Order: sequence, then C-alpha cells, then structure tokens
Amino acid sequence: MPETATHPLTNSLELLGRSTVKLIEEAGYYSALLAESLFWILVGPFIKRPVRIPSIFSQMMTMGIAACPIVFVLSFSIGVMLAIQMIYNLKTFGAESQVVVGVALSVTREFGPLITGILIAGRTGSSLAAKIGTMQVNQEIDALRVMGINPVRYLVAPSLFAMMIMLPVLTFFSDMAALLGGAVYTSIEIGLSFDAYADRTLSALAVVDVMQGIFKSLIFALIITLVGVSNGFSVTGGAEGVGKATTRSVVLSISYIVIADMIFTYFLNL
Amino acid sequence: MTNNNSAAIEVVDLVTHYGPREILHGINLTINEGEIMIIMGGSGSGKSTLLRYLLGLGVPTSGSINLLGKDITKISNTEMHQLRQNMGVAFQGGALLSSMSIGENVQLPLREHTRLDEKTMEIMARMKLEVVNLGGFEKLMPAELSGGMIKRAAVARAIVMDPKLMFFDEPSAGLDPVVSAELDELILNLRDAMKMTIVVVTHELESAFKIADRITVLDQGNILMTDTVENIKNSDNERIQSLLNRRPSNEEVKADEYLNRLTGM
Repeated sequence: MPETATHPLTNSLELLGRSTVKLIEEAGYYSALLAESLFWILVGPFIKRPVRIPSIFSQMMTMGIAACPIVFVLSFSIGVMLAIQMIYNLKTFGAESQVVVGVALSVTREFGPLITGILIAGRTGSSLAAKIGTMQVNQEIDALRVMGINPVRYLVAPSLFAMMIMLPVLTFFSDMAALLGGAVYTSIEIGLSFDAYADRTLSALAVVDVMQGIFKSLIFALIITLVGVSNGFSVTGGAEGVGKATTRSVVLSISYIVIADMIFTYFLNL
Repeated sequence: MTNNNSAAIEVVDLVTHYGPREILHGINLTINEGEIMIIMGGSGSGKSTLLRYLLGLGVPTSGSINLLGKDITKISNTEMHQLRQNMGVAFQGGALLSSMSIGENVQLPLREHTRLDEKTMEIMARMKLEVVNLGGFEKLMPAELSGGMIKRAAVARAIVMDPKLMFFDEPSAGLDPVVSAELDELILNLRDAMKMTIVVVTHELESAFKIADRITVLDQGNILMTDTVENIKNSDNERIQSLLNRRPSNEEVKADEYLNRLTGM
C-alpha cells in the first residue's frame, strides 16, 4: 500500500482546524453552563428547586473573605510599585506630585481588577477545578445525578453567584489597598500627607473609573467560574486527570482574563 | 424470594455506543418486582455500561428502558426527577460527598426532596445508619471510615427515601470475606424487609450465588443467559462455564507459542 504523503502545510491546517473546533466546543459548553446556572438561580425558586443560600454564603466566605489577606498584600505591593515607577519617571519632568493621578487611574481602571482576577483564578479557579474533578473521579457527580440533584444547580450555580458578588467586592478592596500602598510610598518619598493624597485621589477619580474596574471584574468572575467548573467536569483518568485539569484551568483562566482585559480596555476607552 | 412476576425494570433492544464503538448490542432484560437480579460478566462485558443506562446516566442509541412503568429514554426531566426519588444506588467506591459528614450525606436526599424539619431528618438518617450497623457514626467524615463502612454508609444514603429500586455496583469489591458476607445479608434484608427490587452488578461468584434470585450473564455486550442460579450453574454454554470456573476460554497455550506471541515471532 502506498504511503500517504502529508504536506507540512496540510498538517498545520488540520491542527488549526481541530483547535478551532475545540475552542468553539468549549465556548459552547461555557455558554450552556452559564445558561443552566442562570436558569437555576432565577427560575429555581419558582419550581421549588432553589440554589441553596447557605451554600452561596459558604462559597462567598471561601472565595472572598478568606482571600482578603493575600489580595491586600499583593494590591498594596502593586500600589507601592506603581508609585516607585511613576515618581521615577515623573522626576524627569519635575512632576512627581502628579503620581497621585497616575496611581489612582492605573489602579482603579486596570491593576485592581487584573491583579485580583489573576489571583482568584489561581486560588479559587484551580480549587473549583480540583474539587469538581475529584468528585467526578469518585463518582460523586453521578451520585448527585441519581439522587435527583442537578450538579449544575448544586455545584456550579452557588459558585457562580458567590463569585459574581465577591470578585467585584475584592476588586474594590484591592483598589483601596493599592491606593494605600501608593499613599504610603508617596508620603515617604515626596512627603505628601495622607489627607492631601486622599483629596487629590478623589478629585482625580470619576465614578466611571472605578466602575470600569468593577465591570471588568464581573467578566473575570464569569471566566474564572466557568473555566474552573468545566475543566472539573471534563476530568478523566483519576488523580493525574485532576492535576491536569487544575493546571489547565489556571492557565486558561489567566489567559482569557488578560485577553478579555485587553479587549474591554480598548472598547471602554474609545 | 418475594417475586410477584410484575416487571419493575424492562429493557428492550438496548443499543449503546461509546464514540464510534458499539458497546451493548440489543439487550433485552426483564427484572421482576421484589427480585434480586445479578448482572455478571467479565471485564469489558458491558455490565457497568448497562448499569449506567439503567440509572439514566446516558442516552442510548436505540431501545427503551422502562423503570416502574416509565420509559426513561422518553420521559421529561420533571418525571425523571420524580422517578429518581424511587431509585437508590450504592456505587462501587461509595461516592459519599467528601465535604460532608456521614450523617449529612445520608440526609442529603431528604434535604433535596422533602420539606422535613432538621430534627426529623436527623432521626431518619440515624435510623437508616442503624439499619446498616453504623449507628453513632453520623458525625464522622467519609475519610475516617473503612472501605466496608463507606459502602454501608452509601447504602444508608441510598435507602433513606425508601426507594422501590435499588442498584449496587460491585458491592463486594475490595472487601474482606466477612464484611462482604455482611453486605450480602444486608442486600437480602432489603429485599425481604423493604420489598425492594434489587439489581447487583458484580463478578464475585460466591456473593452472586448467595443472594441472587436470577442471574444475567453478559459477554461482549450481549446477554448470554438470564436464569436461576441452578440453571446458570448447570448451563452447558462454554463462555458461562469459563466465567464460573474462572478459567480462560481459549485452548491451552504451549510455552513456546506463548513466548512467540510475546516476542512477536
């Protein structure tokens, strides 16, 4: 039998085609998960199968409150780092005092939501993928189904609800921590008092600046939850499969967050 | 046996695929009310696949599966939701939710399907745990229990809604003979005391012969035979005898041939 010759271009096209189909499949799965979760959140109470409120509060604690210390540390550091860079650059023009405007706008519009999103993707997105993946391997998901408990209602909807509330809250908290970091460094470096820093920040910022970050964080919340749970549900092959799904979930979430951030930054600043 | 010959489960011409591969090739099976049906077969025979479809965890390519008179391939989600309240399943590894205590696991179906108050649910869960000899263990987490105890706790969770149909997936797998015999007794008690129709997927012959009213032997996605224990034992079917006598179905292979196969020469 003659061997079939494969041209490198054919291989590349085939690979591109397969990747595209896979990407569309995943997007479809995310959409289905989102639609089903919203159905249970909105319609569930009217058909006597509501999303459990204690489960939402429990998730809010785990995802949000427990993450506050690490969000504070990272955001404070980002605030200090931004102040260092901006004072260094602005010195060239003798405009160090303008550091307040730079830090305020960079933090609320960009760094607050981005850093919080990336941090929560690593912390909570991976945890969701690992938890659901382990349940899948141990047949706990099948057990829920045969008990008449819809896994999306029981596992995904509370996580999504909690994340949609807590990520914007954490983002706002991150904004405050980063601004504090900027204020601390600025007061040490150029002797600007906290009161003056706060006044200048408030006059530099408009509500829309903060809301831009909050809006982004809602999109990031969707990305983190849907990527985490969908990777968890697709686990096969035992503990190794759980590990792979967890890693994949973190890598994909962070990639999607950065790409989404770029797209939204462009359109929100047209 | 409390069999009254009315079908609790009826499978007609069931064909299923995994990707392009056909797994079950037209299964026909009737399980009567109040009987214990054992589904046996070697690895890859399709017994676990058959169980998954009986539990409504997959959509078959063709055929029908009637559980308590309802074709689960056609009924609505709401009807399936109601039907599931009459089904209990004890999975091979127990499948207890690891984030909950044993008591909370057993209460879970009650919490989802009833409007009982906390105290009543606690009492009911404790009663069911006592049925499986786990009274007093409700505060422990699944990770703190042995394999046999986990399986018994899974049975307690499965029977907490007093289902009419009960399914066991490899109940004896990985258990020592004493614990395995205890589980066999428990299965018999569930049939006799609670009048359940029970389907057990297993390849443990001793256990199967002890508890079965009838046995279905599966091989490569087909049913070889469905009959009583005695008739299965006395069957002259070569594949069934291979399974029962735990010997390979192939003719004896000489050492030289075996080596040649391994080395590909």
